[in-house]
Amino acid sequence: MPGRPDTTERVTLDTFLRGLWEENPVFVMLLGMCPVLAVSNSAINALAMGLASTFVLVASNSLVSLLRHFIPKQVRIATYIIIIATFVTMVDYAIQAISLDLYNALGAFIQLIVVNCMILGRAEAYASKQPLGVTIINGLGIGAGFTLALLSLGTVREVLGAGSLFGIPLFGENFQPWVVMILPPGGFFVLGAWLLIFAWFRQYREQRLSDQGVPQHDR
Amino acid sequence: MTADSVTFIFLNAAIVNNFVLAMFLGICPFLGVSAKRETAWSMGLAVIFVMLVSSICAYGINWLLKLFEIEYLRLICYIAVIASAVQLVEMTMKKFSPGLFRALGIFLPLITTNCAILGVALFQTSREYTFIQSIAFSLGAGVGFTIALMLMAGLRQQLELAKVPSVSQGAAMTMMLAGLLSLAFMGFAGLGSQHG
Repeated sequence: MPGRPDTTERVTLDTFLRGLWEENPVFVMLLGMCPVLAVSNSAINALAMGLASTFVLVASNSLVSLLRHFIPKQVRIATYIIIIATFVTMVDYAIQAISLDLYNALGAFIQLIVVNCMILGRAEAYASKQPLGVTIINGLGIGAGFTLALLSLGTVREVLGAGSLFGIPLFGENFQPWVVMILPPGGFFVLGAWLLIFAWFRQYREQRLSDQGVPQHDR
Repeated sequence: MTADSVTFIFLNAAIVNNFVLAMFLGICPFLGVSAKRETAWSMGLAVIFVMLVSSICAYGINWLLKLFEIEYLRLICYIAVIASAVQLVEMTMKKFSPGLFRALGIFLPLITTNCAILGVALFQTSREYTFIQSIAFSLGAGVGFTIALMLMAGLRQQLELAKVPSVSQGAAMTMMLAGLLSLAFMGFAGLGSQHG
């Protein structure tokens, strides 16, 4: 793609922004869908889940990056999983201590961060090859992208399905909530709609790029 | 039929609270392997087997952990057990049907990170099921996963013949289909409340 900066690993703004847009884990790479669909029925749950996942992602990838010369190739996946599971256990107990309501709302999905393929994928594809600084920045970017995706689902579903945002009612008494949106099918529908918007946007941009590209070849 | 009878637990996990369509567990293989019916079927069988093995092991491990009062190691132990169970299935399949092994490809080792399997182990622990109940629960979850996967594979094979706008091809269309399936499964929701 023209104008794309080279990927020598210096810490640039792009290291962070890539995770937010170009390599967005949910909308572009379709990773870690289960928590995205399951806990996005309200904005506050989505935000908490996003932050917890970001913490686990950054912490475990930093450790993987620090230990990358010591982990034998054959057992690397098992090692990554154990590292991730350790941090997830920490988050699990921390959330339980901070807010029991939130813990009950998120249910088993905090513990299920362990099997979020996004985190293992980053450890395998990125953290095991790059130094600490770049890994942290990139992890923060991916985490922000994940949180953004969760929030964009959570807000839409909460506004349509419950008529409120972060628990604050938006519409008057007469609002008839669109209940299916906070039920399981709503998750699939809203995510499908977001993916449609993303695909449409990408197609539009490619169309525009190729339209601009033709006269350049003629010159 | 009471809430903790074996039949109820089986039906509840398989249909009423279907793991894929109502609880959003195991979405990755659900989207990844559901393009063809044959691979969907064998993936379903592999998942049922791994679920059963890991559920039995998880029951034993939980008993041990409680004995020594080190429950905070639960998550790490469970994931290690699941990883070994997947390795077992992988080796068996490689030996007895190499064709299927190639067809499933990367998704076979990825069963390890299938949240449905860890989900079964975690839910049976938090709901304090007995041994028999755990087995019924894991079988029900596996059957439910296979049902969802087969339905989706059938729908997607039909969809290949249909003309859809190029923008909505791929993931977006699959999501909408899954939403419709999930809506259909909501119809079973009354089944649980009536008897429970």
